[in-house]
Amino acid sequence: MKKMTLQVRDLCTSFFTDKGEIKAVNNVSFDVPKRGIIGIVGESGCGKSMTARSVMRLIKYPGRIVSGSITLEGKELTRLTESEMANVRGEEISMIFQEPMTSLNPVMKAGRQVQEVVMLHRKVSKKEARAEVLRMFEKVGISEPEKRYECYPHELSGGLRQRVMIAMAMICRPKLLIADEPTTALDVTVEAQILELMRNLRDEIGTSIMLISHNLGVVAEICDYVHVMYAGRVVEQAETFELFDNPRHPYTIGLMNAVDSLERKQAVLDTIPGTVPNLLGLGEGCSFAPRCGRRTGRCDQMSELIEVVPGHLVRCHCHRQEVR
Amino acid sequence: MSEAKKSTPVNAPVLYDEQNTFRGVSKRLFRENKIAVVSLIVILIFLLGAVFAPWLTEYGYEDIDAINRLGKPSKEHLLGTDELGRDVLTRMLYGSRISLLVGIVPTVISMLAGAALGIIAGYIGGRVDSIIMRLADIMLAFPSMLLAMVIMYTLGDGIINIFLALALVNWASVARIVRSETLKLRETEFVEAARSIGVSPFKIMRRHIMPNCIPSMIVLFTLNIPSAILSESSLSFLGLGIQKPMASWGLMVNTGRQYLYTAPWMSLAPSIAIMLIVLAFNFLGDGLRDVLDPHLKKQ
Amino acid sequence: MEKNALIAAKKLTVEFSLSGNKKVHAVSDVSLDVYEHEVLALVGESGCGKSTLGKAMVQLIRPTGGEVSFKGTPITGMSRKAFQEYRRQMQIVFQDPYASLDPRMSVRDIVAEPLETHCVCPTKAETTERVVELLKAVGLTSDHLYRYAHQFSGGQRQRIGIARAIALNPAFIVCDEPVSALDVSVQNQILNLLKDLQGRFGLTYLFISHDLSVVRFIADRVCVMFLGKLCELGDTETIYEKPMHPYTRFLLDAIPKADPHQRRGERLLLSGELPSPVNPPSGCRFHTRCPYATGKCKATEPPLHSVEGRLVACHLYE
Repeated sequence: MKKMTLQVRDLCTSFFTDKGEIKAVNNVSFDVPKRGIIGIVGESGCGKSMTARSVMRLIKYPGRIVSGSITLEGKELTRLTESEMANVRGEEISMIFQEPMTSLNPVMKAGRQVQEVVMLHRKVSKKEARAEVLRMFEKVGISEPEKRYECYPHELSGGLRQRVMIAMAMICRPKLLIADEPTTALDVTVEAQILELMRNLRDEIGTSIMLISHNLGVVAEICDYVHVMYAGRVVEQAETFELFDNPRHPYTIGLMNAVDSLERKQAVLDTIPGTVPNLLGLGEGCSFAPRCGRRTGRCDQMSELIEVVPGHLVRCHCHRQEVR
Repeated sequence: MSEAKKSTPVNAPVLYDEQNTFRGVSKRLFRENKIAVVSLIVILIFLLGAVFAPWLTEYGYEDIDAINRLGKPSKEHLLGTDELGRDVLTRMLYGSRISLLVGIVPTVISMLAGAALGIIAGYIGGRVDSIIMRLADIMLAFPSMLLAMVIMYTLGDGIINIFLALALVNWASVARIVRSETLKLRETEFVEAARSIGVSPFKIMRRHIMPNCIPSMIVLFTLNIPSAILSESSLSFLGLGIQKPMASWGLMVNTGRQYLYTAPWMSLAPSIAIMLIVLAFNFLGDGLRDVLDPHLKKQ
Repeated sequence: MEKNALIAAKKLTVEFSLSGNKKVHAVSDVSLDVYEHEVLALVGESGCGKSTLGKAMVQLIRPTGGEVSFKGTPITGMSRKAFQEYRRQMQIVFQDPYASLDPRMSVRDIVAEPLETHCVCPTKAETTERVVELLKAVGLTSDHLYRYAHQFSGGQRQRIGIARAIALNPAFIVCDEPVSALDVSVQNQILNLLKDLQGRFGLTYLFISHDLSVVRFIADRVCVMFLGKLCELGDTETIYEKPMHPYTRFLLDAIPKADPHQRRGERLLLSGELPSPVNPPSGCRFHTRCPYATGKCKATEPPLHSVEGRLVACHLYE
């Protein structure tokens, strides 16, 4: 049995609006093994970011975690008080966001912001903290760390800002790093660098990583295990190679065809018809059914997650393999 | 996430009252914002009171009841009498003519002028911007009361001159705020899209910039009305505005201050009236802003 | 077949002045022909000047130097009034479907705006009729007429933006990253729509994108830009089959493949950061990041020259 850094069981997070309950995260369970990189993929509005925020307990009003458990190395996070949770954040779990510009304070030097994190979580002198920051800057591939330390965020390029964010996230050597679309705002060449960096940091520091992305390519590149989310639920999960070789859920298959068809020179691209459903007032049935080509009468009832091959779970009544 | 939360089902039928026609707006206002409707009624009552003042009271605003000076509120004088024995209610009704006019007219003038100049300065930029904004800076550099006094002093008394003085004092701050809003809007893609279609600058300002400035303009409007009413009172107090024995709320508050302990009704009644009208405009402004904004609508 | 340039840029330069006599060299001395009925893709990383070049070609940004001509007529420096006739011929689809639609206008008003501006339809009813026709062409229906932009999903908004762009039957459309803000499945819908419209109305596109994988489907030719300069220009398949300029190779190689069997591992990785367009490097602007750079690259700027049926600006191929 592998050691798990994070175990999430039956997590439900809802937003309570005037119009009713929006189930942003609906019965989601997953594990992040020690030193593992797991990916959560899905389109905007599928609940992937809310899952990440739920783990950090950063859900804002009118949303809240309704039920489920989140355990970090045996510690139940849902029962911690707000101040206990504040200690967990940054020290044991840290998070990097899509937009590195808005996550950094524009009027504070980049180095100082990272230094502050060190001093918040550890009893060290300013000098030691600074030295620690410079070491970390070097580790995340920031050239001329001394010079960058004195830069304001707007003086740095997008790639460098994301590196500063990663340095800030990794400086306390957290058990878990949550990366929410870390490369979406970056250019492809920089994206490749950042992914490489994340993989190296995992190997060096031993942090487990939970990667949230809409990009199948990014997930295929560095994840060991992948969860596909749709309308608040996990619809398919498997080890990366298995998932990309034998996708079973029609949504996963649709996504992969959509991406693949860009490379094949064909007259019309494959698409998934329709749009993502409104999470308000989702019925009993499969939420993908209206866009699904395999829809049958049984789809009026949401399927359970069915284990088709050991470690490969699909939420579909009709989980047959498709020759791709 | 946000997208799924915000969008309403698009294939639902379109209701007539979702459009920004007069009927649509008033229907929505009535359905969604009761306080704004109440405010509208309050404002209407005040306006009616001002128009029909002579029929609503048996006294004239100059009628002196020498025996009954500083009289307490009673059956004959519902809100009491002042230091000369004049009926406070009557003076308030007549005074509301001046105060409402002074509150609304110069504010509207300064809003329109300020918004137009602010949008032009912000959108066209360059030298036009510099000229308009330096003018505004000059206006703002003077203490506004002093400026109004100077204008009144040169132009002489009279209500039209008060309008002019107050409008001249206020346009600059409106222009500044609208200009900064315009600078933001000018860079948006939808304005760029309009340019790419070939829409003329004037039309872009009218169709794209101005409607998107309306929320902040409504806030400014409701903030400027009370300050105009109060400015008028200060001017009148200094003998530059409304001349006695004419009445205005500001003037009444000012004279009433000397009798605050002996005859509190003299200043309280007009004060409460000012407060009511200001609150009513505030709530109405908020309500209109919400109803006119397609983003906030239907959430 | 003789190819006619529909719109051509000659030695186009766009600079933005900053405070303190500094200048951003967004586009430097670029010459580019877009042929009739073709899709030319303009690819590069953020800050390479591709959007600026696109907007300068349709006169949304005034170029600092050079000339743009449409069907042989120079259009740079024309008065607004004289240009209005050409304006109808060239439209633009914007990147952000959220920001490019006025939040206070209904779909009808947004799509009708170009029609009203150019007085295409004599009456209001006819305008509305034409708007409905346009909405149908982009896959929306008349039910959507009086809705506001925020009530639509990203893909639907982009369709509205496209309806607005084709309203005047233009000959040339600049698509400025039209799908980069959209989800994968929706992105393909929009790409299909754009291609379909191009065929149906005989349009010419300048398709700007940072993502080479999107471009392959739609483009006839691809032009790669780096820091305000053209690197490589050629037919789509030749470029994808055999990229020549080192930068093009890096760009193609950096795209993460949706297939774990093709993980990067020992594939090439571009090092360093993008140099600043305020102080572009001397000689070849790519030399600071290029592993093949020599002294010559630092000293002299490589001109675009023809190699194996394409244009490349690199000393390696001289």
